[in-house]
Amino acid sequence: MSRQSVAKAHQKIQELSWEPLYHEPVAQYGTDYTFRKAQKKDPLKQVLRSYFPMQEEKDHRVYGAADGAIRGNMFRQVQERWLEWQKLFLSIIPLPEISAARAMPLLFRNVPNPELHNGQAIQMIDEVRHSTIQQNLKRLYMNNYIDPAGFNNSLRNFQNDYCGSIGRQFAEGFITGDAITAASIYLTIVAETAFTNTLFVAMPAEAAANGDYLLPTVFHSVQSDESRHISNGYATLLMALADEGNHQLLERDLRYAWWNNHRVVDAAIGTFIEYGTKDRRPDRESYAEMWRRWIYDDYYRSYLVPLEKYGLVIPHDLIEESWNQIWNKGYVHEVAQFFATGWLANYWRIDPMTDKDFEWFEGKYPGWYNKYGKWWENYNRLSTPNGHHPIVFEDVDYVYPHRCWTCMVPCLVREDMVMDEVDGQVRTYCHEACRWTDAVAFRPEYEGRSTPNMGKLIGKREWETLYHGWNWADVVSDMGYVRDDGKTLVAQPHLNLDPKKMWTLDHLRRCPPLQSPNVLLNEMSPAERQAFHADYVKQGPAGRPAPKD
Amino acid sequence: MTTTPERSVPKPVFTDAEAGAKEFPDSNARRFNYYTPAKRKQTHYEDVTVEVQPDPRHYLAQGWLYGFADGKGGYPLEWTALKAWGSDRPLPERGPGTGGKGYEWPAHGWHEFRDPNEEWELSFYRYNANVERQVNQNIDSARQAKAFEQWTPNWVRFVESHVGAWMHVNHGLGLYLFANANRRGPTNMHNTAMAVNSMHRIRSAQDLALYNLTLTEEIAGFDGGAHLVAWNSDPCWQGVREVAEGLTGIDDWCEAIFAANIIFEPLIGELFRSQLVQQAAPRNGDFVTPTVMGAEEFDYAERDLLYSVALFDLLTKDREFADHNKALMNGWLSNWVPRCLAAARKLQPLWSQPDAKPPRFEDGLDRAKSRFAAILTDLGLDIPKELTQ
Repeated sequence: MSRQSVAKAHQKIQELSWEPLYHEPVAQYGTDYTFRKAQKKDPLKQVLRSYFPMQEEKDHRVYGAADGAIRGNMFRQVQERWLEWQKLFLSIIPLPEISAARAMPLLFRNVPNPELHNGQAIQMIDEVRHSTIQQNLKRLYMNNYIDPAGFNNSLRNFQNDYCGSIGRQFAEGFITGDAITAASIYLTIVAETAFTNTLFVAMPAEAAANGDYLLPTVFHSVQSDESRHISNGYATLLMALADEGNHQLLERDLRYAWWNNHRVVDAAIGTFIEYGTKDRRPDRESYAEMWRRWIYDDYYRSYLVPLEKYGLVIPHDLIEESWNQIWNKGYVHEVAQFFATGWLANYWRIDPMTDKDFEWFEGKYPGWYNKYGKWWENYNRLSTPNGHHPIVFEDVDYVYPHRCWTCMVPCLVREDMVMDEVDGQVRTYCHEACRWTDAVAFRPEYEGRSTPNMGKLIGKREWETLYHGWNWADVVSDMGYVRDDGKTLVAQPHLNLDPKKMWTLDHLRRCPPLQSPNVLLNEMSPAERQAFHADYVKQGPAGRPAPKD
Repeated sequence: MTTTPERSVPKPVFTDAEAGAKEFPDSNARRFNYYTPAKRKQTHYEDVTVEVQPDPRHYLAQGWLYGFADGKGGYPLEWTALKAWGSDRPLPERGPGTGGKGYEWPAHGWHEFRDPNEEWELSFYRYNANVERQVNQNIDSARQAKAFEQWTPNWVRFVESHVGAWMHVNHGLGLYLFANANRRGPTNMHNTAMAVNSMHRIRSAQDLALYNLTLTEEIAGFDGGAHLVAWNSDPCWQGVREVAEGLTGIDDWCEAIFAANIIFEPLIGELFRSQLVQQAAPRNGDFVTPTVMGAEEFDYAERDLLYSVALFDLLTKDREFADHNKALMNGWLSNWVPRCLAAARKLQPLWSQPDAKPPRFEDGLDRAKSRFAAILTDLGLDIPKELTQ
């Protein structure tokens, strides 16, 4: 390599940028933030002369490990319980990655600082790396893991499954709406700086404990890029803070981004780490413990709080409430139970919990067994077809939940459910913070201030609506979650691959039709709705019906 | 006697979860089954790029979830005026009880595009790391051989000003045209190809800047800031600059790629690099600059032009919108060709600056025009009348 120092080289490439003399670059993305032109150093200090060989070397290590895993028969030691959840995770994550690449141009015209654009362009191509390297990992799993179903139809599954839609927010939030809200606050300040810690550091550790050392190899390589992206976000945030007029928007966006990330990422990664592992050593860190370390201490206390002195209004209440949800209200357990309840609408297999799992949960989350133990025993009992229906149709003290209109995770902590009529439709929300996101934040006016660039929540946000009144066999066929014999389901509520123990379309044909909670809610009279709401908030924990008065 | 407590570590477990351990439905279904490959077999490139960017016209049942203030989400097809077959079909209407299905894959012709370079991260980093290594080795070996001492004085002035000025074209287009376009295309294959193109240009810009830095250190009197003066005020460069800035102002992403890679690059980029710098350098004692410029020339000629032709070729031969697309592209030609030719002509004085002269400007321009006309002929587009003038 050249003997020129990186600092000198980096200084030289600052000469590349120029101000237009004849035509302005096209302005395609708006923001309600205002920025003053200010000299701000490119925080990445990355020069492509050293960047490309560095990334190539990282690739050598990743692909060398992939070769080694196959030659060393890694899949003889991989826990199926773990790999099955990767069918969900790896169907989702390549889109957020590539969306982060797509998000970078949103910043070019809105952050008037050419020095930062160099870092944004490098982040763009990093994200292309992440997306395709993760797709490649999934391809390797499909080729070498015992059950390719769910990997082989991955990107169709991801597009039409309700879990895919939940995860998709973690991508679409980066690329639409107000450019700074999306590409800076939601993407870099919250998603990358806070939640990639659990995604790309905590989760790979759990993969390794389950015999899979390829996921850590790929994701730690990815995370080594993320740390650079965090610097991009920080530089933009400091520029935004320099203008007092932005403080109100920053407060709004941090509240939205924090809460949405908590709802989506903690739901998914919490479930993978707690319910996808076979590692039940008593001293193995729980997701709550990891969250406390990686997000509460490392992000909230070490990164966010020091920004208060620059005028950033930090959503202390929502951060404490997120912890309250995870620690006191069983958010992750409620989500995992829901995924398992609705196993038949998915494209992976969910292993029942055993006594060993129960013991670990009780040790880590005292009181867990009294809330969730009985239900998981029922799940185990009902896991292979034996004349009964899938658990969602059986009487196991579980009320099928309504969806949150905003985060699209169901309203699982029942006491927090909020109902509101928004845009002429009665909607349910998992928490007041999600109602606020839809009804207050994503609007063209915020606290009396015009916010014409703010985005909109769109789409058919309740998955069940599409299949209201359908037979379940037709639902699963329509989505394409059927194996190559034309009848066995991709999803199973157990890990037994004996075809005689697997659920088929014939079993589903006999089940009651699917009903959309939101369609039914909107068909109710106002009085019926009030009664429904009063009952719903008395339900739980673990989805139990409201106690009879 | 003391005992060491057993360390708490996960225990390896034999699970026999490898492919082929059991026979059951789907146990041999080991290929991605949600898309049709362009050729007989699915390629590695297709497996890691196709369908990563969803589309409500086929599988995306619940539609896009977040929109801009105007309610549009995702990657609207109307971000370009060009159309691929199926573009005019309405979005599938989904609602209570409709089910989730859209049109059969691919739903429209945009999904048929494949980058002939088959770029994904592995190929991309290998290629660019190799280029960087080679460029650096060339420069280092020239430095060790004191090769810069052979340069004629006017060639030093030429390189510091005019080779240097080109870095700004690369940087501006790399960021504000190609990187910008990676948010605009309707499929992951388009956007990935454009992101890769963007990095070629930004890498080339940095290659030239760092080469300029080396020359500043190696050649007494080499003015490392002369490229800024040339770019900002030399009349020879203001035509190129005006066009380059105009290109970054294009809203339609297809027009931007078309104008840059089909028009600007053959008429100005290759004219400057291949017909001037590459020809003049050896005669003036310089065997290094052509290797730096040559890397960029190869990026364009062997990679970025290839994907651009593949992109537009599909559209000029589209089974439903070929005429519509050709009319639009011909319109773009009539706007951008005169501007590019005028900018090219403003570069003409550069041909007389080196001590040892390169082949005549008019000959170089003729070659650039022939190359450009051949590209248009391949695409089935009209040859603009300005080419014959």
